[in-house]
Amino acid sequence: MIAVCGISKSFGPTQAVREVSFSVEQGEVVGLLGPNGSGKTTLMRILTGFFPPSAGSATVCGFDVQGDSLAVRQLIGYLPENVILYPDLSVERFLRFCASARGIEKSRRRACLEEVLETCGLREVRGRLIGKLSKGYRQRVGLAQAILHSPRVLILDEPTVGLDPRQVIEMRELIRTLAGSTTILLSTHILPEVSATCGRVIVLDRGRVIAQDTAENLSRRLEGMDRTLVRVRGERKEVLAALGALSGVERVEEKGSAEPGGVAAEIYSREGESVRAALASMTVSRGWQLLEMRPLSLSLEELFVKLVSDGGEEELSRGEGCAR
Amino acid sequence: MRWVALLRKELYCYFGTPVVYVVGGAFLALSGYRCYTELNQFVTFGFGLNILENFWAAYFAELASYLLWAVPLITMRLFAEERKLGTIELLLTLPLKDGEVIAAKFLSAVVVFGAILGCTASYPLIIYAFQPFDLEPMVARYLGLGLLTTASLACGMFISSLTDNHLVAAAATLVALVLLWLLTWNEAAIASSAVMILAQLSTFTHYEMFTRGVIDIRDAVYFAFFVSFFLLLTKRMLEARRWKGKQ
Repeated sequence: MIAVCGISKSFGPTQAVREVSFSVEQGEVVGLLGPNGSGKTTLMRILTGFFPPSAGSATVCGFDVQGDSLAVRQLIGYLPENVILYPDLSVERFLRFCASARGIEKSRRRACLEEVLETCGLREVRGRLIGKLSKGYRQRVGLAQAILHSPRVLILDEPTVGLDPRQVIEMRELIRTLAGSTTILLSTHILPEVSATCGRVIVLDRGRVIAQDTAENLSRRLEGMDRTLVRVRGERKEVLAALGALSGVERVEEKGSAEPGGVAAEIYSREGESVRAALASMTVSRGWQLLEMRPLSLSLEELFVKLVSDGGEEELSRGEGCAR
Repeated sequence: MRWVALLRKELYCYFGTPVVYVVGGAFLALSGYRCYTELNQFVTFGFGLNILENFWAAYFAELASYLLWAVPLITMRLFAEERKLGTIELLLTLPLKDGEVIAAKFLSAVVVFGAILGCTASYPLIIYAFQPFDLEPMVARYLGLGLLTTASLACGMFISSLTDNHLVAAAATLVALVLLWLLTWNEAAIASSAVMILAQLSTFTHYEMFTRGVIDIRDAVYFAFFVSFFLLLTKRMLEARRWKGKQ
């Protein structure tokens, strides 16, 4: 559906994207993950035909983003990063403009408009000027114009930034309902975002792809170990010793004291070993109180540090084979 | 005909904000006042053999000078605003060709001036009611004024595509138009031949015959070239900014 082959883009002396290659299959939801300035937006702008790449090529549904820019733009729905829309237009007028500019037939325009107003929860503000709307509503208008023409490919640049927690959940749900029928490429710098919505992640750093896999695989592969956080009420030394003695546990790290008389520790265990069941019964048999126990996964910061320090170079040299 | 959607949107943006009404109101107030006082002066002092014809020539020359400030105020937003707001990203990722975007934006500005200049047509109509005159020269005058306006708008739109700042676009367009206008002043005629050649390139020079009620095909062709030249430059500018990856 989307095939990116060795794309580079430089702005004067700065290289925003360097030889990026990846592909996205029909119906997939893929997350572009990376810190600010890692080239996510640049990549999306190339795919949407906003500007051409300096080198390399990309196709969307078989159409070249440079040669068949109009065809690509017709197929894509795009939510830009800072959804700044025409402030002097009302929501309805703006969406009507998008509908006719996208060539939706006159007879279907009304129905399409009503449908997205409903889907994006914009019914009550349809007559308001976009400039007067809150950030959350503007984001929804942005999304509405992106899905108005039922695009086959949806490109969303940081779709949940600036939304309140309830709207974030709504946005994720919307993305999930669209998945399957629509191929979705979204960018984010929040890791949970990816695990909540995306089937696959492409991690970018300084314009290069440093990893691509499912979110779970990625953190597991990097980790090689499962981590569990426990808080136990009991004698500190005894608790730590007992935790270390559990089968499968490689290492125990104390994480500051959580509360008086309690111990907080991070347990590193070999993959696949179910430490938690053993841990729970152990604390009970010893007469300690188990206050908290939860599996930990890598935070985005840790993921990056890991990827950039060790996994990155290897991934880069392997690259992604693409037919030229 | 997707670009018609953009034309409609542009017109809505123009007529939905006060700029057009302020510029149009000022244009009509000034031209109305000058039409009245200048006519009084011509009638009182009786310049030339055909007083009314001479009055029209002088009055249309003055109308043209109002374009100097009115055109920049209308064209400044065309591309500069889209860049400043960031909506250019949305606009240029819609399935519209660059040429269609330019055509829609240009036509919207032409329509705005069509409306303003259309309103000024009421003055000659009122005068005609009291003192009938030949209407054919009047058609030539309005044709000339329309061509001059269209040319100025094309120039203004090009300048707007160079920057993301309204004021810079307006100021630069004002300077460009004033320079073209100054070339028609008598000083240019006694300066070196280089200046005289430049004067021949001025839109206002080619407008002069129209104010006397004469349609010269060479002048019309010149305006056609002028407009196409700046539309083409605007298109090149959009492409260049795409390649550079600038917003």
